[in-house]
Amino acid sequence: MALFVSSFWTVNPLTTELQHVWNVDNYKQLWDSSVYRTVTIRTVGIAAAVTLTDAVLAFPLGYFMARIAGRRSRAFLFVAVLLPLWSSYLVRVYIWRLVLDDKGVLNWTLQKVGLPSASIGYTNWAVWLIFAYVWLPFMILPVYGALERVPESFLEASRDLGAGGWTTFRRILLPLALPGVVAGSIFTFSLTLGDYVTPLLAGGTSSQFIGNVVYSEIGSGDVPSAAAFAAVPLAVMGIYLLIARRLGAFDAL
Amino acid sequence: METRPTRIALGAWTTLVVLFLWIPLALIVLYAFNTSNVESWPITSFTTRWFHAAWTSDVRGALWLSVRVGLIATAIALVLGSMAAFGVARFRFFGREAVSFLLVLPIALPGIVTGIALNSAFVAGSVALSTWTIVVGHATFCVVVVYNNVLARLRRSSPSLLEASQDLGADGWQTFRFVVWPVLSTALVAGGLLAFALSFDEVIVTTFTAGAQNTLPLLILGYIRLGQQLPVVNVIAFAMIAVTAIPVLLAQRLMRETGVLRRGAAEVTEAVETAKISAY
Repeated sequence: MALFVSSFWTVNPLTTELQHVWNVDNYKQLWDSSVYRTVTIRTVGIAAAVTLTDAVLAFPLGYFMARIAGRRSRAFLFVAVLLPLWSSYLVRVYIWRLVLDDKGVLNWTLQKVGLPSASIGYTNWAVWLIFAYVWLPFMILPVYGALERVPESFLEASRDLGAGGWTTFRRILLPLALPGVVAGSIFTFSLTLGDYVTPLLAGGTSSQFIGNVVYSEIGSGDVPSAAAFAAVPLAVMGIYLLIARRLGAFDAL
Repeated sequence: METRPTRIALGAWTTLVVLFLWIPLALIVLYAFNTSNVESWPITSFTTRWFHAAWTSDVRGALWLSVRVGLIATAIALVLGSMAAFGVARFRFFGREAVSFLLVLPIALPGIVTGIALNSAFVAGSVALSTWTIVVGHATFCVVVVYNNVLARLRRSSPSLLEASQDLGADGWQTFRFVVWPVLSTALVAGGLLAFALSFDEVIVTTFTAGAQNTLPLLILGYIRLGQQLPVVNVIAFAMIAVTAIPVLLAQRLMRETGVLRRGAAEVTEAVETAKISAY
């Protein structure tokens, strides 16, 4: 029984909350106000950029791990990917604050190499970079899993039939590994979408995410608006999951 | 087989990505020993005095609260999660799909939604926010982790094992001790570890369910936002990374010794999948 209670607790208050605000005004306000629109576009845009970045970073690594690395180096790579995944999220965000600071490691390195300094600390660039860093292992593991399952014989067959490396990649490997990439993207996309800690700690005044707005509205007691705005990431995620299902991501999990 | 340049390029890319993952973690080790309380690079001199400062400050209380909450939430999750998994895996009953959906829902929701929902539930039921409300908040996602791990394991093991055990004359306890437990133990350990790790690191749900107390992550979050006590934050960050390294390396060793790295990999993916969104 207690089990049912604990799972209902998270759901029931929410639905009553939503019923509470189920007049269209709060949603109309979401649509009409340019602030809400800007914040939504920023959140979804950065979530998409993070997903794309992680996919690009993870794919070659996943391929190397699955198909080129020997036993020992594969075991090493596993630890190398898992350890950052398990270490504290807050700590990892905090470290980047130190690195990207105007007097941090990044600018010191740039200066040593003779490049102009970059002040990306506390900007949307910082938010993008940190999200890409923090969620990268969530992309690597499913991509690796998908690539490992591609039978070597498919690739050999493709080559025997005269396909070049690029064609084999585009026509064979990519379609077969795509569910893995999409599965990873569910993590990176939804985690970024629902987060407010990274924008809070590492973003600037124009880095507010949906979560930050919801958080401050709760703080000022405007629960109906907050609940309405919190429905936006849920809706976006719902649509995203539907698309992912069509692409076969759930079979790859 | 890939051409040689392709292999080299892939290897180089892999090295760069691993460096990207690891350089920040390596840096925090250095920062923890930074003498200056201004966090700028390069670090000019090193000291261990911040370790002492961290131990004598509010940190100890927050650490103790985090450990307590994590242990209780994990214990609740182990009991409820495995019971639910047994129910869903072994019996067909009315509303079974709905139960499994409701169980998994909390991790699909962004933490802030779960947090607000719990908070308004506590306010509506006039429950004062305390250690126990944090525990309930954490239990919502810890249960899911254990549930998913155990369910996956049960689905992969055949129910005929139990029947065979009974046919061979084992009583209920013997069946549990010699058949069920060996099948489930590693799933429970993995689920429990993961649940504890998630609880120990949780910020968002905790923000909404904690009263005046601070768990360790809430304390650090406050310090970072206000820019206070940063040397102490460095020390905690270093300690947290060192502590998380232990279970990962241990698990890796165990997997290598028993030669089931690939199965280990599958379990890792399984774990990641369940950790999923609960990590925010």
